[in-house]
Amino acid sequence: MSEPLLSIVDLKKHYHTKSLWPFGKKQVIKAVDGVSFEIAPGEVLSLVGESGCGKSTVGRTLTHLEQATSGHALFEGQDFLMMSSSEFRPLRREIQMIFQDPFASLNPRLKIEQTLGEPLFIHGLCSTWEEARNKIAIMLETVGMDPMVMKRHPHEFSGGQRQRIGIARVMILKPKLVIADEAVSALDVSIQAQVLNLIKKLQQDSGISMLFISHDLGVVRHISNRVAVMHEGKIVEIGLKNEIFEAPKHEYTRKLLSSIPRVKTGRELV
Amino acid sequence: MALLEVQNLEIAVSAKGKLLPVVQSVSFSVDDNETLGIVGESGCGKSLTALAIMGLLGGTTVRITGGSIRFDGMDLLTLSERERRSIMGNQMAMIFQEPMTSLNPVYRIGDQIIENIRQHQKMTKAQARDRVVELLSLVRIPNPSERVDSFPHQMSGGQRQRVMIAMALSCDPKLLIADEPTTALDVTVQKEVLDLMADLQTRMGTAIILISHDLGVISETSNKVAVMYRGRVAEAAETESLFLELAHPYTRGLLNSMPVVDSDVDWLEAIPGRVPTLEEELTGCAFHPRCASATELCLTTVPKETEFKHGHSVQCHFPGKVAP
Repeated sequence: MSEPLLSIVDLKKHYHTKSLWPFGKKQVIKAVDGVSFEIAPGEVLSLVGESGCGKSTVGRTLTHLEQATSGHALFEGQDFLMMSSSEFRPLRREIQMIFQDPFASLNPRLKIEQTLGEPLFIHGLCSTWEEARNKIAIMLETVGMDPMVMKRHPHEFSGGQRQRIGIARVMILKPKLVIADEAVSALDVSIQAQVLNLIKKLQQDSGISMLFISHDLGVVRHISNRVAVMHEGKIVEIGLKNEIFEAPKHEYTRKLLSSIPRVKTGRELV
Repeated sequence: MALLEVQNLEIAVSAKGKLLPVVQSVSFSVDDNETLGIVGESGCGKSLTALAIMGLLGGTTVRITGGSIRFDGMDLLTLSERERRSIMGNQMAMIFQEPMTSLNPVYRIGDQIIENIRQHQKMTKAQARDRVVELLSLVRIPNPSERVDSFPHQMSGGQRQRVMIAMALSCDPKLLIADEPTTALDVTVQKEVLDLMADLQTRMGTAIILISHDLGVISETSNKVAVMYRGRVAEAAETESLFLELAHPYTRGLLNSMPVVDSDVDWLEAIPGRVPTLEEELTGCAFHPRCASATELCLTTVPKETEFKHGHSVQCHFPGKVAP
């Protein structure tokens, strides 16, 4: 395996809850409790698990949306986990995040061109609006949208379209690592398939690495090269996609796989 | 006659001075002990259909413009407000998608269920409370006699959904409408909740309408399926015969869009395009812009409901034909 783009060593995020009583015991919630993994360039690693297992927290600490408690995260050899926000800023363009909720992740007051254009200016990829609009138009086409939509506001779009805009906002910066947190969970099946295909195509074309966080094992199987199964803040099993799905070793993985409702089709008979 | 019969239901939204149809000639029936799965994507009208049955389409923007809904011999659409209120939550109950928002956060869960029981049945508070404890244990909430005094925020999502089920079942309804009851839940919890619903059905003989976007959930829980697309029932059949041979290209597309856990595919066969918005006027079959085997006929004529096989109806000009 080539040099990993991202390597996480013993990542921890502990939350301290306030006690109800002045001198009562404070509780520590170990949301992420010693997680280590690596992502190679061009690789898609999925973090899969149920709600509360800490998978989103991993993504949020890696994008500095939350400060990790301890651990190391090396991006191209540089440990950025404990960086101050000003030190981390240059890396923000390289490490981008796609969020779950397409309704909450776009600023409702901004036109699409503002939402997509702002990061271009902030990261110095454009100097004029004309240049920015060109890039935005190309990007919108890439994600399967009419460039004319840049003049509109988010409320005019469906969930699938908003998610495409969210993806455009990320991809327009040409990041090296994309963290997708439940990026397709809020979408309808037929739209989800389109967006999944889009994400997969963009990933393969651009060769970016991806940390794909999802609870949906079908989606995970479709998109990833490797899979890490998380449970209660720890990775219980990590391996190549086929190992996890064809020969799960950990009992929790097996339980997850067996819980999925399956369509009993006539396809097998044909 | 079936317990619930929906005939040619039409629902329209008034927007910008026009009436836009959102549900068009939808018909189905559900009987005791039966689960009807309604599957479709958002905007296909499945939730509106449920709300129409529950009489929750108040207001002036969305209204029922035609058809009939008969429940247990009564015409629900002509009932007075008072009569309707005595049925809803009593003989007919609904579970909503979001267990987080459908409970009132400032009342104890027990009190919320007691309120529903006492609305419909003559019971003292103490009797109702006993009934709630019984219901909570029925939906497998641990320590029901203590949890009755819990607030919603003290429970997990799965537990809250169970509380919603307990509330829906509190007056032994004949019909339970579950609108995406497990969508917000984890798969292992989803399995528990679906198993619970199936178990309660065999015990009480409740008729269930299960609305879901997940063909897997529908396939595992329902006896009958109605696939909805843009306000119409594209295809309806008994679950087994439906999945044995999908007659409508939309249903096939939906199934092929689903990433599955048991096999690898390089690219999902996504249905191209998107569901047309309500404002877009369409001629012919609503699915033709996204259908690979659409012909001139599909552009001009709305397909009639035809029988594909016995008990398997479809609204398509070329049912069962796979695009070349």
